[in-house]
Amino acid sequence: MSEILKSEQSASSVKHLELEATPSPAYLDSDELILNMGPQHPSTHGVLRVILKLDGEKVMGTECVIGYLHRGVEKIAEHRTYAMFNPYVDRMDYVAAVSNGLGYCEAVEKLLNIEAPPRAQHIRVILAELNRLASHMLWLGTHALDIGAITPLFYTFRDREEILKIFEKYCGARLTTHAFRIGGCLYETYEGFEDECRNFVKFVRPKIDEYETLLTTNRIWVERTKGVGYISGDDCKAMGVTGPVLRASGVKWDIRKAQPYSGYQNFDFDIPVGTNGDTYDRYLVRIAEMRQSLRIIEQAVEKLPEGPVMAKVPKVVKPAVGEVYHGIESPKGELGYFIVSDGSTQPYRIRVRPPSFVNLQALDMMVRGALVADVVAVIGTIDIVLGEVDR
Amino acid sequence: MTMKKLLRKVLLLDLLQGLSLTFRYQDPKEIYTEQYPLQRPEVAERYRGAPRLNVNPDTNETLCIACDLCALACPEHLIVVTSERNEKTRRKELTTFTYDLSRCMFCGLCEDACPTDALELTQDFELANYTREGAIWDRQTLEQGPQPTVYKK
Repeated sequence: MSEILKSEQSASSVKHLELEATPSPAYLDSDELILNMGPQHPSTHGVLRVILKLDGEKVMGTECVIGYLHRGVEKIAEHRTYAMFNPYVDRMDYVAAVSNGLGYCEAVEKLLNIEAPPRAQHIRVILAELNRLASHMLWLGTHALDIGAITPLFYTFRDREEILKIFEKYCGARLTTHAFRIGGCLYETYEGFEDECRNFVKFVRPKIDEYETLLTTNRIWVERTKGVGYISGDDCKAMGVTGPVLRASGVKWDIRKAQPYSGYQNFDFDIPVGTNGDTYDRYLVRIAEMRQSLRIIEQAVEKLPEGPVMAKVPKVVKPAVGEVYHGIESPKGELGYFIVSDGSTQPYRIRVRPPSFVNLQALDMMVRGALVADVVAVIGTIDIVLGEVDR
Repeated sequence: MTMKKLLRKVLLLDLLQGLSLTFRYQDPKEIYTEQYPLQRPEVAERYRGAPRLNVNPDTNETLCIACDLCALACPEHLIVVTSERNEKTRRKELTTFTYDLSRCMFCGLCEDACPTDALELTQDFELANYTREGAIWDRQTLEQGPQPTVYKK
């Protein structure tokens, strides 16, 4: 048991000491308070419990208690065929279900040594980038709400709705999409898909400026985020932190550029990088990423090739004995799937490397020495989804 | 701090910019509220909602050939199909078809697997029930589909 939990126990025995009117010297010396934040706290973004060790309002240490949303996704995979497991991955990071599906399908394709046809790859890129926008919009709305700005939530959810409408029209579901299948996409694009994507890009560009008008120069926002939750690039690398959190600390690492997948090498986009590694920079990086995503969507729609959307996949997916790791850049960071095949129709083992889980481990580093109110800001800024942390 | 920055701060320009933006959305055109039971949303054509077991509209006979492929494709194993061999036509005939909606995650794998397009996920989305048993649909409910209350404006 960790140190902090031990002191939690001593805190619970405090009452008895008071009643006996013989306080121990250790109790008199300590002015540290153990406080539970969560698992029902509204700004822990799900069922995360953070045990805070406080000195006044200063955070001396934190410990995350996770597992409240554990459903055993990795274990379920061992009893499902490769195609049957596909809908389950949507339920890990449920605000970016398309990215999860993309990573899983590509990992199995790598195992089977097949590649999705170019049209399918383009559709995948369009949907994945739309999903990145949706995820960042949800993040911005809830993160701003945590800090006290309510208005951005309404605007981001309004615009996210347009993305969900496109998803619903394309694959029949809004959140847990199950959009891709092993070997490509099941669905051909619907009529007017390309125009709708183009219109969406045109519609949402000025809206992102609106979010910036509300927040970027707002003095309250700047006060609450600048210098809060600092983490250095080296610390990020040491902790394995990926995604916008890593990039805001000045490390230029994006799997879409470093190890391109699904044809990302054909698109022209930049990797936004921050300098300070604080909450404000992470906000700026994500806003810039949203603009880059729009650029990718525009290019992918323009270049959308004709052809089949499904590669030749055997009816019964039965990969040869072997193992494969495939990582993609999900909105939250590197999402990796490690699949071990024993030559049967069911995977022997699937291990998911979820970005939220790894990024959450840097929470302690970011909030040590900060105030309680900053913990809320930092939990928001690392953009966790508990479905993915616990799986 | 430059003069410009100081003026911005004193004149509350950053806050006023945000306020003017929110003020522009006062227009009633921007209201997004949907009056739900009176005004039902139109879902997309490909929407995956309540399952339906299609019948041939001319003969009123089921399209299901009791091949059991949907039950095999379902990740949650929630479909149970039973059949009987008809000695006259020497074909399998469907007797019961049970679909446990309470465990369904609407992934659509059963409808992909169906060779005759008998099983289909439809645009009906109102699946609330007062009992757990009510979420387990038999062949008759699947063929008729859910019957939600229609409210008048």
